[in-house]
Amino acid sequence: MSLIELKDLSVAYGSSEVLSDVSLTVNQGEILTIVGPNGSGKTTLFRALIGSVKPSSGWIIRDKDLKIGYVPQRLHIGTTLPITVERFLRIQKNNAQISCQQALEKAGIQELAQKQVSDLSGGQFQRVMLASALLAEPNLLLLDEATQGLDQLGSADFYRQIEKVRTETNCAVIMISHELHVVMSTSDRVICLNGHICCEGTPEIVTSDPEYHALFGTGTDGQLALYRHHHNHVHDENCSHDHSEVAEQK
Amino acid sequence: MSLLDDFMVRAILAGVGVAIAAAPLGSFIVWRRMVYFGDATSHASILGVALSLALELSVFLGVVTVALVMAIAVTLLSRREYAMEILLGVLSYSALAFGLVAVSFISGVRIDLMAYLFGDILAVSRADLAVIWLGALAVIGLIAFRWKALLMSTLSEELAHANKIDPKREQLILTLTLAITVALAIKVVGALLIAAMLIIPAAAARPISRTPEMMAVIAATIGSGSAVAGLWLAYLIDTPAGPSIVCVSALSFAATNLLSLANKQ
Repeated sequence: MSLIELKDLSVAYGSSEVLSDVSLTVNQGEILTIVGPNGSGKTTLFRALIGSVKPSSGWIIRDKDLKIGYVPQRLHIGTTLPITVERFLRIQKNNAQISCQQALEKAGIQELAQKQVSDLSGGQFQRVMLASALLAEPNLLLLDEATQGLDQLGSADFYRQIEKVRTETNCAVIMISHELHVVMSTSDRVICLNGHICCEGTPEIVTSDPEYHALFGTGTDGQLALYRHHHNHVHDENCSHDHSEVAEQK
Repeated sequence: MSLLDDFMVRAILAGVGVAIAAAPLGSFIVWRRMVYFGDATSHASILGVALSLALELSVFLGVVTVALVMAIAVTLLSRREYAMEILLGVLSYSALAFGLVAVSFISGVRIDLMAYLFGDILAVSRADLAVIWLGALAVIGLIAFRWKALLMSTLSEELAHANKIDPKREQLILTLTLAITVALAIKVVGALLIAAMLIIPAAAARPISRTPEMMAVIAATIGSGSAVAGLWLAYLIDTPAGPSIVCVSALSFAATNLLSLANKQ
């Protein structure tokens, strides 16, 4: 059954519309990856899902048991606030010490419990954020470029951890990522966003396209290709915008 | 003890009361990088003083009102064209200047403006003391009541939203407590040094704190200690009281930083 459903959702900041007519259904246990150029509304879509921005039109239908765990893009924790990792986790929702320990274990960082948050590396910090998201025992996990600051090995490890969490808890996962080559293997579905949903499909369908391999094949080449944003893969038939225009902007 | 004449006891109690209220609030100001906001609010308080004297209202009410109006104006006016500190600068110096001009119009009463700019802690009355302690308790109570939500929205607004906390409301609570604290402190250290009383003890506490609560408590200890030591200094070598208090907390800042440097070696 679906956990959350978006119907013709539009979000505007002032006069500029960031998302227009986005429709999307997320089911229990599936891993969904969102790709798209900078400023394509990926983070705004997440904000709409967690309810921190109001849609200018459209609906969001949430399952009554929906529990969202959110790993934000970059948390600006000033180093001026002294706090240990364990306390940082416990402060949310009066978590018991034992469940914090478990969450740290699930995220693979039980040894960091007593460290100061300001002393963590970027990669360690994202793991802490994952542990923090897991504390709510979510059935929907949102990851906003969660592997920023991790090296390739670290990213792969991180996504394996995510897959493990999904297998253990059957939660749905939506992630925003630029590292398509890494997340593709774990995703059930990929959505291409550029203000609206340009296209979506299983990674098999998307990756079966030979052009796709040229675009997203390896390392930074793949990322650059993403910004050029060609559209030779599967497509919504009612998608009306002119894709050549996007290609020219970049 | 004959040294502790009545006015000295009152001065010490006033200084300690303000220091205790300022400590947790000052910690949040440091954590949230609102230092300039605190500064601007305290400068604007002079306009509050002028209005209170003109309308024959209590100075406390006038200052709280002006501080709140300024904070709300900053929030309403903030747009992309102006970074926050530009608005704060414009509003705080405008309020300060209008306040100084307005004071000059008030005839009849001879107002010692210096007392409001630099504080007049040795002239604290019993009534002032009651206001200071009630206000301090209100500030501490409000912050303690919202402690977790405040910490969470300070750590991250996104995180706060995910925990069903409205960071804007928490910001408003801090603004309110800041307005009250400025109104309490104006008599003790004066409009020009209130921000110092908020920021310096908290900043001094930072290198030797491992938890947020510890930082607030250490800041309160340093702040109160500075108040007492500063007043003694003022009494012994006849220096201005408010600035002396700030000098002692500045020395504490140097001391804790040297201490943590030595520990790291």
